[in-house]
Amino acid sequence: MKILVVDDEKDVQVLFEQRFRKEIRNKEMEFAFAYSGEDALEYLNELHEAVLILSDINMPGMSGLELLRHIKEKHHEPPPVVMMITAYGDADNYNTAMKLGADDFLTKPLEFSLLKEKLKAIN
Amino acid sequence: MSSHLQSILDFVKNSVSLTEAEKESLLKSIKEADKTQTLLLFKLERIEKDRHTLSVMLEESIEDLQKKSRVIEEANKTLTQTLEELKATQAQLIQSEKMASLGELTAGIAHEIQNPLNFVNNFSEVSNELIDEMKEELDKGNKEDAKAIADDVKQNLEKINFHGKRADGIVKSMLQHSRTSNNKKEPTDINALADEYLRLAYHGMRAKDKSFNAAIKTDYDESIGLIKIISQDIGRVILNLITNAFYAVMEKKKFQSAEGGYEPTVTVGTKKLDNKIEIHVKDNGTGIPQKALDKIFQPFFTTKPTGQGTGLGLSLSYDIVTKGHGGELKVETREGEYTMFSIILSL
Repeated sequence: MKILVVDDEKDVQVLFEQRFRKEIRNKEMEFAFAYSGEDALEYLNELHEAVLILSDINMPGMSGLELLRHIKEKHHEPPPVVMMITAYGDADNYNTAMKLGADDFLTKPLEFSLLKEKLKAIN
Repeated sequence: MSSHLQSILDFVKNSVSLTEAEKESLLKSIKEADKTQTLLLFKLERIEKDRHTLSVMLEESIEDLQKKSRVIEEANKTLTQTLEELKATQAQLIQSEKMASLGELTAGIAHEIQNPLNFVNNFSEVSNELIDEMKEELDKGNKEDAKAIADDVKQNLEKINFHGKRADGIVKSMLQHSRTSNNKKEPTDINALADEYLRLAYHGMRAKDKSFNAAIKTDYDESIGLIKIISQDIGRVILNLITNAFYAVMEKKKFQSAEGGYEPTVTVGTKKLDNKIEIHVKDNGTGIPQKALDKIFQPFFTTKPTGQGTGLGLSLSYDIVTKGHGGELKVETREGEYTMFSIILSL
């Protein structure tokens, strides 16, 4: 399963690679990283397929919610599963994300064991 | 007729050695002298009266002046007291303006600290698991694998340290902002200072207004080096300019259609000039109308709705830059298009 993680914090990559080191080693999961909404769209437009996208909402430039709208509007069938992550777990963000078609909504700090279960359930 | 003149008159009348013609002439002169004397006496009396009136008036005037002087003294005392009170109020206002901007920062600061803390927690948890795995590998005799895991743990410890320091820096800058300035100029990395306040202002704005989003562009001149400034004061100016810029783009966005293609953009940059440096904050927001332009640095001038702005931000910023640092605070704007503020400091 290919997962695209979108976050403006670059250390997120090392963290995910270590948190999911067993899954990566067993080739259960494959990760790609983008550091902005713009990067993520570019990645998706170059036909790199991702089954699942995990995106931070609060990023400079294109926000995670805008990225979500672009993905759900323009992307191929079946659309990828998109989970939104935010440090601001307020109702407005949640409602907007759901209206735009988010499949799940997680708040920071991330519970990695919970995330792992959710990812395995999708797989 | 006075007694002296009367005696002369009698003497002349009874004299035997004088002729009648001589007597006549002398008596005429005596009568003339008497007339003149009467007139002079009358005049003297009148002058005497005038003098008296004058002295009474003068006394009254002196009393009046004394009264007035006392009133002025009182007024002076009251004014001095009012001035003291005004000075205290001004100090309080400056402090509350500072606290208001600190309030704006708090949410940003919380968010900024949350991120590094998450990394500290995550990397330490993962390292704990890695150590267990490393032990397993060692038990199995897989020295190479164990070494690879040790490298990861080492990298994680560096990351923990890095993010710990990052949080530490944020807390320190917050303390610096709330502390009253010690007025000491110290060599400061202007780019780092600008970037720090940019991030804090962004997250502060984001926390206050959930719909807030703007493209942030930075253009730092890396050759700028360290500049001697009172960093928390210049930090406050930068924060104020950035917060204003965010406000201007949000105001413009309110009046744009959703698909109008307007991209709110705020640019923060630095530039080294000959013997000066420039820090600029530019936004593509509402701009400043010409009639407001002359007043923006005046205390208490604000275009924000009542209760939303103190009207002290730019006025304090102006004082900090000009009086505090001998620099210039310049503005360039076109209504409806853009505003750019530049802080210019001599090296």
